[in-house]
Amino acid sequence: MADSGSEDIAVIGNTDLTPSESENNVKNAMVEKGTSLLKKMEISVAEAEKRTGKNAVNMQETYTVYLIETRPVDAASEGTNPVPDSLWRRYSEFELLRNYLLVTYPFLVVPPLPEKRAEFVWHKLSADNMDPDFVERRRVGLENFLLRVASHPDLSSDKIFYSFLTEENGWKETVFETGFQAKADSRLKALNATFRVKNPDKRFAEMKHYGDELQSVISQLLRVRARAADRLYGVYKVHGNYGRVFSEWSAIEKEMGDGLQSAGHHMDAYAASVDDILEEEEHYADQLKEYLFYADALRAVCRKHELTQYELEMAAQDLTSKKQQREELATGTIRTFSLKGVTSKLFGQETPEQREAKLKMLETQIEEGEELVKERNAECEEFVKSAWVDIERFKEQKDHDLREALISYAIMQISMCKKGIQVWNNAKECFSKM
Amino acid sequence: MSGSVVDNTVSSGNSSVAIPTDISGQILDIDEDDDLEVFSKDTTLSDGSSLNASMQTSSASMINQYKFEEEEEDADTKDIFVTVDNPESHVTAIETYITYRVETKTTRSEFDSSEFEVRRRYQDFLWLKGRLEEAHPTLIVHPLPEKFVMKGMVERFNEDFIETRRSALHKFLNKIAEHPIFSSSEDFKIFLTAGSGELTSHKKQGPGFLSRMGETVKAVAAAVRGVRGRPQEFTDMQEYAEAFSQKISSIDKVTQRIVREQKEYLEELKECGPTYALWSQSEEELAEPLKNVAGCVDKCCKETEEQVKHLNDHLIPVLHEYVLCADTLKAVLRRRDNIQADFEVKTEALATKKADRDAMRDELDKVEDRLEWANNALKSDWTRWQKGMRTDLRSAFNDTAERNVSYYEKCLAVWESFLQSQRTDAEGNGNVDFS
Repeated sequence: MADSGSEDIAVIGNTDLTPSESENNVKNAMVEKGTSLLKKMEISVAEAEKRTGKNAVNMQETYTVYLIETRPVDAASEGTNPVPDSLWRRYSEFELLRNYLLVTYPFLVVPPLPEKRAEFVWHKLSADNMDPDFVERRRVGLENFLLRVASHPDLSSDKIFYSFLTEENGWKETVFETGFQAKADSRLKALNATFRVKNPDKRFAEMKHYGDELQSVISQLLRVRARAADRLYGVYKVHGNYGRVFSEWSAIEKEMGDGLQSAGHHMDAYAASVDDILEEEEHYADQLKEYLFYADALRAVCRKHELTQYELEMAAQDLTSKKQQREELATGTIRTFSLKGVTSKLFGQETPEQREAKLKMLETQIEEGEELVKERNAECEEFVKSAWVDIERFKEQKDHDLREALISYAIMQISMCKKGIQVWNNAKECFSKM
Repeated sequence: MSGSVVDNTVSSGNSSVAIPTDISGQILDIDEDDDLEVFSKDTTLSDGSSLNASMQTSSASMINQYKFEEEEEDADTKDIFVTVDNPESHVTAIETYITYRVETKTTRSEFDSSEFEVRRRYQDFLWLKGRLEEAHPTLIVHPLPEKFVMKGMVERFNEDFIETRRSALHKFLNKIAEHPIFSSSEDFKIFLTAGSGELTSHKKQGPGFLSRMGETVKAVAAAVRGVRGRPQEFTDMQEYAEAFSQKISSIDKVTQRIVREQKEYLEELKECGPTYALWSQSEEELAEPLKNVAGCVDKCCKETEEQVKHLNDHLIPVLHEYVLCADTLKAVLRRRDNIQADFEVKTEALATKKADRDAMRDELDKVEDRLEWANNALKSDWTRWQKGMRTDLRSAFNDTAERNVSYYEKCLAVWESFLQSQRTDAEGNGNVDFS
């Protein structure tokens, strides 16, 4: 792994760091990881645009497209600034890409997309997907997604991903040609099925439980935070009324007029300051949301493990029962209940030839069964190995990123307090001149 | 005192209120959003200008009494200190009521001693206010806290209510003590010094009920007729009083709304800390910073709680007082108008009637004196009141701003210490390159 020493660029040394700078530190950390892809190119989602067109059922629809820009790294460092390569993609294409990755790399914790619909909104935030603020936050989230994938040791070398970034036309067809769709359907079915695994890997069971807890607690946090943001907005905005009334009142006072009037201006400034404050907090909420969705991806990996384990157990079980059947047939004793056994008891035993045939078939099945068990066992082991590596990687990333998020939250609070101190000190000065 | 006041205090024994009709017409415009209105309007005094024996002095000396605008009240020369504290509940067969300890320390010669301690109930304060208003109808008496709560289910004997009332009563007495005219009132002295028996018998003196009623009828007649030739300066004051009333009421409402919103914000914030704490239980590396953040959020909650309390205990009572003051201003102007109306009526009568001209001229002279005296008194006290208002409100807003600064400073410190802890943590783990 590349230079982990400079991973955390002086984040905490400077409390004047703004939250967006802190976010950049997270991005830089990703870039510094130095996957071969990122060594070659810079990736960004530069713009968003509204388009209208006809959809699949020939109806007019409005949708947003996002401009993906890629630029070779060497060119930038050489000082020349060539025009970047770019193409437009809409959200559904990102979804397609992610679904492909999920199916193709079930043992990896695949980075999540930003939310499809605005959730955890408070009254001022729009739940409308066309709202410019939402679109902007989504743009940032999509860029983040691409960088996450590009900085992943395994995902970054995927061809489909590369062509997503570079081939505007025909990319969709390429994806479908991989035939992942069929796997996608069965994967979905499997993930939603209920089955009992007898011997899951303990670590994965714990991880799944952790994923559940993480999802639950982050949801709760986002909900509570949104409500608090709503209330805080109210507090600040009501102060704007002071501005208006002080101004009116100053008109009827002689000595007090000036002090009141200027104090009123500060109250207006105070009321207005909440917009920026809460916008910054939305970034924080987005960071939390990313890990809310990551929790889902983590759980999917654990579920997949359960599935492979289950299939192994099923194969093993099947093998055991076949072996048992062989034994019964060979020794003529019936230890296990089987319809065959009952019917043969009722209707008489089979002929020796029939029994011979059956035995032979069973032998073949057992051979095949043993092969299957070996295969499945290998699959399971392979899955556990690769998945665990990625889970460990994910854990480290999560710990780092969430810690950064908490730090940026603290920085936001500090900034908010500093603004408050300034405004109220100013107001105090005006009041003292009343 | 008008009859209606006496009736009210007796019937205030139960807290389910029969709202007296003369107050109901002047209930503060409360929109649905407002919660508890602890202070509604108290119009204990009718607009009658009842004659008080102490006013029967020469006009010249009366006018001289009111040239007090040159006097600067210096805190160093304050020679009387009044405190209201120690509420106690009393239960009798008829009613339950609260008395407050009123302690006076003074060096004034007209007081027999230098220290007094008496117990007074709200009724007594009401009586004192009425007496002062009677004696000086165009002087501005600081308002009393309200008798009862108009809206909401707050009991009269709720702790917060009692404390709010006590504080307001304390301010009331101090405003009286600071007032150059009121503080030398005999009624005031008796209020501060008399035993309860003495006070009761003193209360029974003063213009009889019937004579007061007589004056009231005349006053109503004058009020209905209205004043014709009001001097511009008083019209200006009227406009000011109206405007001030509107503005201060708005500010009062805005402040109450702020308190409401802050409280609701606090409720939500209180859930944040525990959520972070809950999260920390699922984590290993993150457990410490999460717990830390939980602690920070909880601390900020506490600070927010304190800040709201300060608003409630300091700014809101002052604003309420001045909402009531605005009504006092208007009442004082009305009373002055009524005296002038009376004068105008008598002037007209003298011009038209033939009989009793001498008696009528005498009366006219008296009223003319009264009017001149009332006008001067009002003008002086108005200026004095404005100065006081300015000081009080400036100080109240100043304090609030200071408190808000302190609130943000404390929260800032909380979060900076979190950052600090993360920094030392990171350094400790050797993860961070601070170069």
